[in-house]
Amino acid sequence: MSTTEILFWFLSALALGSAIMLITARSPVHSVLALIVTFFAISGHYILLNAQFLAIVNIIVYAGAIMVLFLFVVMLMNLNASAEPKKHRTLQLAGFISGGCLFLVLVAALRNADAVNKTTELVTGQSGLIGNLGRELFKTYVIPFELSSVLFLSAMIGAVVISKKEK
Amino acid sequence: MEIKYYIGLALALFCIGIVGVLTRRNAIIIFMCVELMLNAVNLLLVAFSKMHAATPMGKAFPAMVSDAQIFVFFIMVVAAAEVSVGLAIIVMMYRNTHSTDVNFLNRLKN
Repeated sequence: MSTTEILFWFLSALALGSAIMLITARSPVHSVLALIVTFFAISGHYILLNAQFLAIVNIIVYAGAIMVLFLFVVMLMNLNASAEPKKHRTLQLAGFISGGCLFLVLVAALRNADAVNKTTELVTGQSGLIGNLGRELFKTYVIPFELSSVLFLSAMIGAVVISKKEK
Repeated sequence: MEIKYYIGLALALFCIGIVGVLTRRNAIIIFMCVELMLNAVNLLLVAFSKMHAATPMGKAFPAMVSDAQIFVFFIMVVAAAEVSVGLAIIVMMYRNTHSTDVNFLNRLKN
Protein backbone atom coordinates (compact mmCIF):
# COMPACT_ATOMS: atom_id res chain seq x y z
CA MET A 1 0.00 0.00 0.00
CA SER A 2 1.50 3.32 -1.05
CA THR A 3 1.47 6.51 0.99
CA THR A 4 -1.30 8.10 -1.07
CA GLU A 5 -3.54 5.09 -0.55
CA ILE A 6 -2.97 5.15 3.19
CA LEU A 7 -3.75 8.86 3.19
CA PHE A 8 -6.89 8.25 1.13
CA TRP A 9 -8.25 5.65 3.53
CA PHE A 10 -7.32 7.70 6.56
CA LEU A 11 -9.06 10.82 5.21
CA SER A 12 -12.10 8.79 4.15
CA ALA A 13 -12.43 7.23 7.60
CA LEU A 14 -12.03 10.66 9.21
CA ALA A 15 -14.68 12.21 6.95
CA LEU A 16 -17.19 9.40 7.49
CA GLY A 17 -16.57 9.17 11.23
CA SER A 18 -17.01 12.87 11.83
CA ALA A 19 -20.06 12.95 9.52
CA ILE A 20 -21.65 10.27 11.70
CA MET A 21 -20.64 12.31 14.76
CA LEU A 22 -22.44 15.27 13.19
CA ILE A 23 -25.79 13.52 13.06
CA THR A 24 -25.48 11.65 16.37
CA ALA A 25 -24.05 14.32 18.68
CA ARG A 26 -26.52 15.58 21.28
CA SER A 27 -25.13 19.07 21.62
CA PRO A 28 -25.24 21.36 18.53
CA VAL A 29 -21.76 22.73 19.31
CA HIS A 30 -20.32 19.22 19.00
CA SER A 31 -22.13 18.84 15.67
CA VAL A 32 -20.56 22.05 14.39
CA LEU A 33 -17.09 20.90 15.46
CA ALA A 34 -17.62 17.48 13.81
CA LEU A 35 -18.66 19.20 10.57
CA ILE A 36 -15.46 21.31 10.66
CA VAL A 37 -13.42 18.09 10.91
CA THR A 38 -15.36 16.68 7.93
CA PHE A 39 -14.58 19.78 5.89
CA PHE A 40 -10.88 19.51 6.74
CA ALA A 41 -10.91 15.85 5.66
CA ILE A 42 -12.57 16.79 2.36
CA SER A 43 -9.95 19.51 1.87
CA GLY A 44 -7.32 16.84 2.42
CA HIS A 45 -8.95 14.84 -0.34
CA TYR A 46 -8.75 17.87 -2.64
CA ILE A 47 -5.02 18.22 -1.88
CA LEU A 48 -4.58 14.51 -2.59
CA LEU A 49 -6.28 15.06 -5.96
CA ASN A 50 -3.99 18.06 -6.57
CA ALA A 51 -6.91 20.48 -6.66
CA GLN A 52 -4.97 22.96 -4.54
CA PHE A 53 -7.12 26.00 -5.23
CA LEU A 54 -10.31 24.24 -4.18
CA ALA A 55 -8.63 22.84 -1.07
CA ILE A 56 -7.69 26.31 0.12
CA VAL A 57 -11.06 27.80 -0.85
CA ASN A 58 -12.81 24.95 0.98
CA ILE A 59 -10.87 25.66 4.17
CA ILE A 60 -11.30 29.43 3.96
CA VAL A 61 -14.95 29.54 2.91
CA TYR A 62 -16.41 26.45 4.60
CA ALA A 63 -14.27 25.71 7.64
CA GLY A 64 -13.53 29.40 8.11
CA ALA A 65 -16.46 31.60 7.20
CA ILE A 66 -19.52 29.36 7.15
CA MET A 67 -18.75 27.31 10.24
CA VAL A 68 -17.91 30.44 12.25
CA LEU A 69 -21.32 31.76 11.23
CA PHE A 70 -22.93 28.52 12.43
CA LEU A 71 -21.00 28.63 15.71
CA PHE A 72 -22.05 32.22 16.29
CA VAL A 73 -25.70 31.38 15.73
CA VAL A 74 -25.49 28.34 18.07
CA MET A 75 -23.82 30.51 20.72
CA LEU A 76 -26.31 33.34 20.22
CA MET A 77 -29.24 31.02 20.82
CA ASN A 78 -27.50 29.34 23.75
CA LEU A 79 -28.45 25.87 22.50
CA ASN A 80 -27.29 22.88 24.49
CA ALA A 81 -27.95 19.19 24.76
CA SER A 82 -30.82 19.53 27.25
CA ALA A 83 -32.78 21.93 25.00
CA GLU A 84 -32.33 19.58 22.07
CA PRO A 85 -35.68 18.45 20.59
CA LYS A 86 -36.01 14.70 20.14
CA LYS A 87 -37.81 12.80 17.45
CA HIS A 88 -39.82 9.65 18.06
CA ARG A 89 -37.82 6.44 17.94
CA THR A 90 -39.95 5.11 15.09
CA LEU A 91 -39.44 8.25 13.01
CA GLN A 92 -35.68 8.08 13.60
CA LEU A 93 -35.65 4.45 12.58
CA ALA A 94 -37.69 5.24 9.45
CA GLY A 95 -35.27 8.03 8.50
CA PHE A 96 -32.28 5.77 9.02
CA ILE A 97 -33.82 2.96 6.96
CA SER A 98 -34.81 5.24 4.08
CA GLY A 99 -31.35 6.83 3.97
CA GLY A 100 -29.74 3.39 4.01
CA CYS A 101 -32.06 2.22 1.24
CA LEU A 102 -31.08 5.19 -0.92
CA PHE A 103 -27.41 4.35 -0.36
CA LEU A 104 -27.96 0.71 -1.31
CA VAL A 105 -29.95 1.63 -4.44
CA LEU A 106 -27.32 4.11 -5.62
CA VAL A 107 -24.46 1.67 -4.99
CA ALA A 108 -26.32 -1.11 -6.80
CA ALA A 109 -27.09 1.17 -9.74
CA LEU A 110 -23.52 2.41 -10.12
CA ARG A 111 -21.75 -0.88 -9.40
CA ASN A 112 -21.77 -2.08 -12.99
CA ALA A 113 -21.21 1.27 -14.71
CA ASP A 114 -18.45 1.43 -17.32
CA ALA A 115 -16.39 4.12 -15.71
CA VAL A 116 -16.02 2.71 -12.19
CA ASN A 117 -12.66 1.12 -12.85
CA LYS A 118 -11.04 4.17 -14.41
CA THR A 119 -8.33 5.68 -12.27
CA THR A 120 -8.07 9.26 -11.13
CA GLU A 121 -4.90 11.30 -11.23
CA LEU A 122 -3.53 11.56 -7.72
CA VAL A 123 -0.88 14.08 -6.69
CA THR A 124 -0.02 14.88 -10.33
CA GLY A 125 -1.84 17.02 -12.87
CA GLN A 126 -1.90 20.74 -13.60
CA SER A 127 -5.63 21.37 -13.93
CA GLY A 128 -6.32 22.25 -10.31
CA LEU A 129 -3.57 24.82 -9.86
CA ILE A 130 -4.47 28.43 -9.17
CA GLY A 131 -2.87 29.72 -12.40
CA ASN A 132 -4.91 27.50 -14.71
CA LEU A 133 -8.17 27.92 -12.83
CA GLY A 134 -7.75 31.68 -12.59
CA ARG A 135 -7.10 32.00 -16.30
CA GLU A 136 -10.18 29.91 -17.04
CA LEU A 137 -12.27 31.86 -14.52
CA PHE A 138 -11.40 35.25 -15.96
CA LYS A 139 -11.53 34.22 -19.61
CA THR A 140 -14.45 31.86 -20.13
CA TYR A 141 -16.42 32.34 -16.92
CA VAL A 142 -16.00 36.05 -16.33
CA ILE A 143 -19.73 36.83 -16.62
CA PRO A 144 -20.86 34.20 -14.05
CA PHE A 145 -18.03 35.39 -11.83
CA GLU A 146 -19.32 38.95 -11.93
CA LEU A 147 -22.90 37.78 -11.50
CA SER A 148 -21.91 35.93 -8.34
CA SER A 149 -20.88 39.26 -6.82
CA VAL A 150 -24.43 40.52 -7.44
CA LEU A 151 -25.69 37.32 -5.79
CA PHE A 152 -23.51 38.02 -2.74
CA LEU A 153 -24.79 41.58 -2.53
CA SER A 154 -28.39 40.41 -2.65
CA ALA A 155 -27.67 37.70 -0.04
CA MET A 156 -26.06 40.28 2.22
CA ILE A 157 -28.97 42.70 1.92
CA GLY A 158 -31.42 39.82 2.33
CA ALA A 159 -29.73 38.61 5.52
CA VAL A 160 -29.78 42.11 7.01
CA VAL A 161 -33.42 42.71 6.06
CA ILE A 162 -34.61 39.33 7.36
CA SER A 163 -32.81 39.46 10.70
CA LYS A 164 -33.71 43.09 11.40
CA LYS A 165 -36.02 43.58 14.38
CA GLU A 166 -39.54 44.46 13.39
CA LYS A 167 -40.93 47.67 14.79
CA MET B 1 -6.96 5.43 -7.04
CA GLU B 2 -9.99 4.06 -8.83
CA ILE B 3 -13.01 6.31 -9.16
CA LYS B 4 -15.26 3.75 -7.49
CA TYR B 5 -13.82 4.51 -4.07
CA TYR B 6 -14.55 8.18 -4.54
CA ILE B 7 -18.08 7.37 -5.70
CA GLY B 8 -18.58 5.21 -2.61
CA LEU B 9 -17.23 7.86 -0.25
CA ALA B 10 -19.33 10.64 -1.79
CA LEU B 11 -22.46 8.46 -1.73
CA ALA B 12 -21.87 7.55 1.91
CA LEU B 13 -21.41 11.21 2.90
CA PHE B 14 -24.51 12.20 0.92
CA CYS B 15 -26.63 9.49 2.54
CA ILE B 16 -25.37 10.40 6.02
CA GLY B 17 -26.55 13.93 5.23
CA ILE B 18 -29.95 12.61 4.18
CA VAL B 19 -30.28 10.50 7.33
CA GLY B 20 -29.39 13.59 9.36
CA VAL B 21 -32.06 15.68 7.64
CA LEU B 22 -34.65 12.95 8.24
CA THR B 23 -33.82 12.12 11.85
CA ARG B 24 -32.98 15.45 13.49
CA ARG B 25 -35.44 18.17 14.44
CA ASN B 26 -33.07 21.03 15.17
CA ALA B 27 -33.15 23.44 12.20
CA ILE B 28 -29.44 24.29 12.51
CA ILE B 29 -28.39 20.64 12.34
CA ILE B 30 -30.68 20.02 9.36
CA PHE B 31 -28.99 22.98 7.68
CA MET B 32 -25.53 21.57 8.44
CA CYS B 33 -26.55 18.24 6.92
CA VAL B 34 -27.51 20.08 3.73
CA GLU B 35 -24.00 21.58 3.69
CA LEU B 36 -22.57 18.08 4.11
CA MET B 37 -24.53 16.88 1.07
CA LEU B 38 -23.26 19.83 -0.99
CA ASN B 39 -19.71 18.93 -0.01
CA ALA B 40 -20.17 15.30 -0.99
CA VAL B 41 -21.27 16.41 -4.45
CA ASN B 42 -18.30 18.78 -4.70
CA LEU B 43 -15.91 15.96 -3.85
CA LEU B 44 -17.42 13.75 -6.52
CA LEU B 45 -17.17 16.51 -9.16
CA VAL B 46 -13.49 17.06 -8.40
CA ALA B 47 -12.79 13.32 -8.48
CA PHE B 48 -14.52 12.99 -11.85
CA SER B 49 -12.59 15.96 -13.23
CA LYS B 50 -9.33 14.30 -12.22
CA MET B 51 -10.53 11.03 -13.74
CA HIS B 52 -11.15 12.92 -16.95
CA ALA B 53 -7.68 14.47 -16.78
CA ALA B 54 -6.13 11.00 -17.01
CA THR B 55 -7.86 10.17 -20.32
CA PRO B 56 -6.38 11.12 -23.74
CA MET B 57 -9.31 13.47 -24.30
CA GLY B 58 -8.56 15.28 -21.10
CA LYS B 59 -4.86 15.51 -21.92
CA ALA B 60 -5.67 17.08 -25.30
CA PHE B 61 -8.04 19.69 -23.86
CA PRO B 62 -6.85 20.69 -20.37
CA ALA B 63 -9.42 23.54 -20.24
CA MET B 64 -12.19 20.94 -20.24
CA VAL B 65 -10.79 19.40 -17.06
CA SER B 66 -10.76 22.64 -15.10
CA ASP B 67 -14.42 23.27 -16.00
CA ALA B 68 -15.58 20.89 -13.26
CA GLN B 69 -13.43 22.65 -10.68
CA ILE B 70 -14.79 26.05 -11.74
CA PHE B 71 -18.23 24.50 -11.28
CA VAL B 72 -17.31 23.45 -7.74
CA PHE B 73 -16.08 26.97 -7.08
CA PHE B 74 -19.47 28.38 -8.10
CA ILE B 75 -21.27 25.81 -5.94
CA MET B 76 -19.23 27.07 -2.99
CA VAL B 77 -20.14 30.66 -3.88
CA VAL B 78 -23.85 29.87 -3.97
CA ALA B 79 -23.60 27.82 -0.76
CA ALA B 80 -21.99 30.74 1.08
CA ALA B 81 -24.79 33.08 -0.03
CA GLU B 82 -27.40 30.46 0.90
CA VAL B 83 -25.96 29.98 4.39
CA SER B 84 -26.06 33.69 5.19
CA VAL B 85 -29.73 33.98 4.21
CA GLY B 86 -30.69 30.64 5.80
CA LEU B 87 -29.09 31.46 9.14
CA ALA B 88 -30.86 34.83 9.12
CA ILE B 89 -34.14 32.97 8.65
CA ILE B 90 -33.28 30.58 11.53
CA VAL B 91 -32.43 33.54 13.79
CA MET B 92 -35.76 35.16 12.94
CA MET B 93 -37.56 31.89 13.62
CA TYR B 94 -35.83 31.59 16.99
CA ARG B 95 -36.87 35.13 17.85
CA ASN B 96 -40.52 34.31 17.16
CA THR B 97 -40.80 30.82 18.66
CA HIS B 98 -37.82 30.72 21.10
CA SER B 99 -36.84 27.34 19.69
CA THR B 100 -35.13 25.93 16.62
CA ASP B 101 -37.42 22.91 16.52
CA VAL B 102 -38.80 22.54 13.00
CA ASN B 103 -42.00 21.00 14.38
CA PHE B 104 -43.06 24.44 15.61
CA LEU B 105 -43.22 25.54 11.99
CA ASN B 106 -46.45 23.73 11.16
CA ARG B 107 -48.63 26.82 11.38
CA LEU B 108 -49.20 26.85 7.64
CA LYS B 109 -51.10 23.58 8.09
CA ASN B 110 -54.23 25.27 9.41
